[in-house]
Amino acid sequence: MPAKTKITLDRRKVVARILRDRGDALLVTGLGAPTWDAAAVGDHANNFYLWGGMGGAMMTGLGLALAQPGRRVLVITGDGEMLMGLGGLATVAVQKPANLGICIMDNQRYGETGMQDTHTEFGVDLPAMGRGAGIAETAMVYTSKELDGAIAQLYDARGPVFVNVKVVPKVQPMILPFRDGPSIKHRFRDAVLGET
Amino acid sequence: MARAATKKLKKKTDWPVDVFRVLKDADVRQVAYVPDAGHTELINLCIADNAVRSVPLTAEQEGVAVLTGAWLGGEAGALLMQSSGVGNVINMLGMANECRIPLLILVTMRGDWGEFNPWQVPMGQATEKALVAAGVIVHRVDDTDRIAETVESAARLAFDAGRMVAVLIGQRVVGVKDWTK
Repeated sequence: MPAKTKITLDRRKVVARILRDRGDALLVTGLGAPTWDAAAVGDHANNFYLWGGMGGAMMTGLGLALAQPGRRVLVITGDGEMLMGLGGLATVAVQKPANLGICIMDNQRYGETGMQDTHTEFGVDLPAMGRGAGIAETAMVYTSKELDGAIAQLYDARGPVFVNVKVVPKVQPMILPFRDGPSIKHRFRDAVLGET
Repeated sequence: MARAATKKLKKKTDWPVDVFRVLKDADVRQVAYVPDAGHTELINLCIADNAVRSVPLTAEQEGVAVLTGAWLGGEAGALLMQSSGVGNVINMLGMANECRIPLLILVTMRGDWGEFNPWQVPMGQATEKALVAAGVIVHRVDDTDRIAETVESAARLAFDAGRMVAVLIGQRVVGVKDWTK
């Protein structure tokens, strides 16, 4: 287990910083706080918000990245959501999508259910699991400086990229985007494909 | 896949070749799967085709999410699994259901006709009910000659009518596992 390092980054500021550079990247957010974080930055037609399907955010990003190899695809999800779909790291590593960046907002808590500890609180190292699966481009982020480097990786490095950002386990105001599944889907497909 | 190879594989009862052609006609671009003996030939045909992305999964629920992403990006897909895998996909189907994502799922049955392994029976017998409970339209087929047309109908329901559809291919068709091999 790695030594404990002080966690100081604020998830809302981190997500805002990441999305500032998004350009025409497509975004998939995992259920719960990552979806609220993205909504807090501002709604966007290139956002696909998950309100369910726990464990499926990264794999949704994979299918999208394979279908749209010319676009950068970014997945922002939480540590609890990622832990439910760990096998997907192996699947992503095998597919080697060059355009996929995965970013975990790791507050070491299940935020939507009462801030119970997740396994990362006890030292489970998600980037190490990604490397073990065969994802070469990974980062563990504790500081703003490390975040700058990781953002460059997320957008520019040859994917798949897997970045884990340690963020303080502070409950943030819930900023909810719209939640009707068909509407989110149609808007996203309109934006990406120019039709539905 | 090379035509010669396709021809070589084509036999009267070689339903996987016909099913593969149905998938190609439906413009399926991503095929996600957890292997099953009954899907071996179809999986090999997909792997051999450069226009089809084969996505081996560690667990079946990954495939529901992959095909959701594929559809968001404009590609149709299919998900192949054994009936035991149906138990793994139920919660993830909620995402496809709520977003009306077309899903074409081909399930080869275990715990069904002539099963020798008692551990396969509970999930095999629950497969159809579980899918229906999760909102999936189920077509069951036990006649080799009807598999391709059933998949074709399911593909239309999925991709044209925007529904989640599973084709259950009976153990009577895919064959009973030989315990001695």
